[in-house]
Amino acid sequence: RRGRTSPGATSPRPSAPHPRWELAGHAGAAPFHWSESLGRRGLIRPRPRSVVVQLQLEDTVKMAAVSALVRRPLRQVSGLLRRRFHRTAPAALQVTVRDAINQGMDEELERDEKVFLLGEEVAQYDGAYKVSRGLWKKYGDKRIIDTPISEMGFAGIAVGAAMAGLRPICEFMTFNFSMQAIDQVINSAAKTYYMSGGLQSVPIVFRGPNGASAGVAAQHSQCFAAWYGHCPGLKVVSPWNSEDAKGLIKSAIRDNNPVVVLENELMYGVPFELPSEAQSKDFLIPIGKAKIERQGTHVTVVAHSRPVGHCLEAATVLSKEGIECEVVNLRTIRPMDIETIENSVMKTNHLVTVEGGWPQFGVGAEICARIMEGQAFNFLDAPAVRVTGADVPMPYAKILEDNSVPQVKDIIFAIKKTLNI
Amino acid sequence: MYYLDANRLIPFQKCDLHRLEEGPPVTTVLTREDGLRYYRMMQTVRRMELKADQLYKQKIIRGFCHLCDGQEACCVGLEAGINPTDHLITAYRAHGFTFTRGLSVREILAELTGRRGGCAKGKGGSMHMYAKNFYGGNGIVGAQVPLGAGIALACKYNGKDEVCLTLYGDGAANQGQIFEAYNMAALWKLPCIFICENNRYGMGTSVERAAASTDYYKRGDFIPGLRVDGMDVLCVREATKFAAAHCRAGKGPILMELQTYRYHGHSMSDPGVSYRTREEIQEVRSKSDPIMLLKDRMVNNDLASVEELKEIDVEVRKEIEDAAQFATADPEPPLEELGYHIYSSDPPFEVRGANQWIKFKSIS
Repeated sequence: RRGRTSPGATSPRPSAPHPRWELAGHAGAAPFHWSESLGRRGLIRPRPRSVVVQLQLEDTVKMAAVSALVRRPLRQVSGLLRRRFHRTAPAALQVTVRDAINQGMDEELERDEKVFLLGEEVAQYDGAYKVSRGLWKKYGDKRIIDTPISEMGFAGIAVGAAMAGLRPICEFMTFNFSMQAIDQVINSAAKTYYMSGGLQSVPIVFRGPNGASAGVAAQHSQCFAAWYGHCPGLKVVSPWNSEDAKGLIKSAIRDNNPVVVLENELMYGVPFELPSEAQSKDFLIPIGKAKIERQGTHVTVVAHSRPVGHCLEAATVLSKEGIECEVVNLRTIRPMDIETIENSVMKTNHLVTVEGGWPQFGVGAEICARIMEGQAFNFLDAPAVRVTGADVPMPYAKILEDNSVPQVKDIIFAIKKTLNI
Repeated sequence: MYYLDANRLIPFQKCDLHRLEEGPPVTTVLTREDGLRYYRMMQTVRRMELKADQLYKQKIIRGFCHLCDGQEACCVGLEAGINPTDHLITAYRAHGFTFTRGLSVREILAELTGRRGGCAKGKGGSMHMYAKNFYGGNGIVGAQVPLGAGIALACKYNGKDEVCLTLYGDGAANQGQIFEAYNMAALWKLPCIFICENNRYGMGTSVERAAASTDYYKRGDFIPGLRVDGMDVLCVREATKFAAAHCRAGKGPILMELQTYRYHGHSMSDPGVSYRTREEIQEVRSKSDPIMLLKDRMVNNDLASVEELKEIDVEVRKEIEDAAQFATADPEPPLEELGYHIYSSDPPFEVRGANQWIKFKSIS
């Protein structure tokens, strides 16, 4: 079987057809059953990815399932959690993604007086999405600056301030508006260190909500992960939960390079368990490292941002059917941690990528291309599959919008297809 | 023959004012020392640009090459009006400023020829040269103006009384982001001196064909402005000192329009005569050449002799010649460094080349 081929081998793949779904049940062809991959499991031990915080993965799954029940009275939910978690992390705390970002920025503002925040409504309004709540009151006009509606202008001002040695956080109310300023992000920020031969660095953070929201239609729902992920000189991160949000915003602010932080509006209000390590003022998540949110053996499911939660839900549903998904939370779009994905694919032999953005030239497309080029290709038992946003500008009507973003059922369907079930 | 501390009171043109009660003085003291220094600097810039022209025609310099001969009084005069601790940012016609901000002709020419001895190690070229407190060298027309306002914000933030000179051309003056920068600079009283280097043509489009209002010093609207004779190094110097004092006093931004002229076309691929007449170019050369104006002033005011200035010319020529030699002989950057300087302060990593098997090492 392919799985036993040594990674560097160039022998052609066996002539038996791939278990592609078009051929499933084809008269005469022996259908491939996922249980046949049992033989290969256990041959490759996954290497633990080093991350700053190791959560109990089982608890994370339950946490994700619970977090989806946000509408329930908090008392009920936290009672559940308190009972569940006291044996693992006595000092654990429930924090929404919004508050995690707020804490991260607050801590960095306090730590380094060169850090400052600018953007529309970030100061006196407490942030359009209340992410910067309380910061203006604490730090004042010098450090928290309300700007006029001039994206190109204030993004350029932020980049100039970074060139002159300050450490700005430039907020875009949504990344859709960053298109007006994209020249400053790419040409003035991303490329400058290279063009100057290493003389001029640009320690800036661009942050804001990215991707689809709810009912905001086409001009306010675009995902920019692929656009920014395309450019050398930029770092691009995409947090999912509170721990991600806090650790990544802090790393981004401390990084001496331009970092784009793609948050998600729908995740802002979602509470997650913040383990005690993540409550430290020096808690950082390294940029460029993915995290395995859930161990599995049958299929690797890679996602970033909000879809990570959907993947975990899908994994919970499939687990009841005996299918164990390994869910990888990318955390960083650029530089992408392809090694974690490769190691996972070499273990599970199947790959499904999930993202909110459009399919063409997207994050999933890049993952598939890199898997093809690397050693993990020889371990694939089926072509890699992408689950993405629909290839349309985002419609407004609820039924249309719901079907323009990847839903849990779409992920489950794709996983079963690739496993030929 | 001349006293070292000889100086004269020199009169020059009054500046037109916008929203200002009073402007810079109409006379200034020119010392012999300063005069000789300005002369040498302007002559160096002039000869350096002409050498770049030559090297470009020999195909030793490639790509973009925007020359500023004719505009020497701007870069030298501006530098004379500020401190080395002040900041400056401009667009792509930047070789003169790169020199006045402190880089050597050698480093500049070697960057133009794309060699490892270039100030950006050959990675940037004509439009991307950086020095201390000099932020380039920017290729996207107008983008440098918000950057300059941002540098001014940093000056104010740090509280060190520094100012930022933010330059742009008459063509760029119509960019929207400049008006966004005007607004924020005025709102937050940033110590930003906006400077429009009006050389009458934005590429091939004359100012009359591009701007509904060619009074560029008034385009800042609520920002006070002055129109300056950009061919007179002393007028530029005094206006700059005046503008810098305005900003340092915390009065917010100010706008200067320098009326100047470029002898070359927009870039080396533009002969520069399809949209203007040779007569016009010749007239400016004979009546308003900045180097000639300074020379006449110094000689007529007994601050220097013609022979002395000729000697400087010879020295400058030699310096440029040596620099051109270096720029031509220096090897290109090593291929191994193709991937260097993607990220700052990071451990080394791999950068993909033209195919998946070609990898370049990247160090910060």
